[in-house]
Amino acid sequence: MADTRTILTSPIFDNNPIGLQILGICSALAVTTSMANAMVMCVALTLVTAFSSFFISIIRKQIPSSIRIIVQMTIIASLVILVDQVLKAVAYDVSRGLSVFIGLIITNCIVMGRAEAFAMSNPPVPSFLDGIGNGLGYSAVLLFVATIREILGAGTWFGITILQPVTDGGWYLPNGLLLLPPSAFFIIGLFIAIVRIWKPEQVEEADFVMKPQSKGMAHGGGH
Amino acid sequence: MSKPKSNNAKTISVALTLCLVCSVLVSAVAVGLKPAQVENARLDRNKNILVAADMYNAESDTPEDVAERFKDFEVEIIDLNKGTYLDDNALVDVGIPDRNDYDASQATKNAALSEDLGENDPAGIGRKPKYAKVYLKKDDAGKPELVVLPIQGYGLWGTIYGFLTLESDMNTIKGISFYEHKETPGLGARIEEPEWRAKWTGIHSYDEEGNVATGVTKAGTPKENWVDGISGATLTSRGVSNMIQFWLGDQGYKPYLDTLRKESGQTVENSDAKAAQSTKPATQTAQPNTELAAKLPAANGKEA
Repeated sequence: MADTRTILTSPIFDNNPIGLQILGICSALAVTTSMANAMVMCVALTLVTAFSSFFISIIRKQIPSSIRIIVQMTIIASLVILVDQVLKAVAYDVSRGLSVFIGLIITNCIVMGRAEAFAMSNPPVPSFLDGIGNGLGYSAVLLFVATIREILGAGTWFGITILQPVTDGGWYLPNGLLLLPPSAFFIIGLFIAIVRIWKPEQVEEADFVMKPQSKGMAHGGGH
Repeated sequence: MSKPKSNNAKTISVALTLCLVCSVLVSAVAVGLKPAQVENARLDRNKNILVAADMYNAESDTPEDVAERFKDFEVEIIDLNKGTYLDDNALVDVGIPDRNDYDASQATKNAALSEDLGENDPAGIGRKPKYAKVYLKKDDAGKPELVVLPIQGYGLWGTIYGFLTLESDMNTIKGISFYEHKETPGLGARIEEPEWRAKWTGIHSYDEEGNVATGVTKAGTPKENWVDGISGATLTSRGVSNMIQFWLGDQGYKPYLDTLRKESGQTVENSDAKAAQSTKPATQTAQPNTELAAKLPAANGKEA
């Protein structure tokens, strides 16, 4: 297949689900305070997206269009429960750290979006690869955000001390803001800006043209 | 879309088949992984017992350390109303074959092992187990130096489970931990955070008459020996307060704690002096807990 490569790699930068489609922001804000959590979330989401797309694609010709969203949800939900159960059995602490967010993969727009947009109209193998590709795109953003947040917020990376914090006799005063959800908004914004400077074709056309600043038309008073 | 796709019979059969396949898959996984999950939950409970006893270092301790240090504890089953221990024979008589497997919160589902609390149920647990499992750490002379008490009570969204550790005077709180709850992440779930839990350390839970004299105050209204509540989590804070008061009270562990105090010749009045003496041997064996140690100055700083 000639376009296998494109299916797999284009969602990473060219058509990033978070960066360009702005989907799946909720979990990107919530689980990116530490690399370890972000990594597990990335693997979980990539697997769920890939396998749900794969299974939905296999039965796409049997799915009655009137109940297709429910059918997709059922498959996605089953896979998410599976991942959640496995995590509880093999990585209990991580599973507690991610708490509700593994369960919330069910409502992650990326999974549902790929099922509806790609898997319903493509054969199983490309659908699987599309799922992996979009998972990688999601992962790229999450790991980028988590790297900045964990290093600047806690002075560590994957739990390894990078910047010696003041509390341990070092010089770095951890920035608590980076551990709070708003910081993820800034960093995702930064990521989107960097990608769009690098690939200007992603910049959307403005919905409307801003009028030039009108001088001398002072609307006085009030403000 | 092709014609058969709008056929009702086909729609129903696809839906049923899919549900069947998915439910079989999910149930098989859930049942197959149950033993590993139960074991994880048990290890996590043991870890939280150590956390409540200030004997756990989150950064360096491995599961083996937890298992090793947990051996310092003796598991005892007590009669909550009488405040006495049950030996192995007595346990079999009341229907508890193995003390290690006994789970007091499961026992509340068994009419023979629990009693209905009726109206008098501040912690919102419905039924109270007749027997409770406690964890004792004894010093070289065989005297209890730490006692870890399981506690549970209704928070905002569900039952909160945790452990409360008292020092040898059976009055001063050594630490507290929570291992299962359904509180809101970022608000009520902050009861789990070391910063908040550290506020309990050193608190005297009984007044001189032996009445429970601690709990959680409304956020920002400091009170001697009470812990400041969590802003934005009033109902969770109230739930924790109720559960602590319930379990330290007459319906909870108070009869047992009175027995322990009588055995070692203590009363609540002289407990302050005893507490000062007893902290020495406790820190010898217990690993200094960095997460709590760093926060200790804030422990009693309720004027903040």
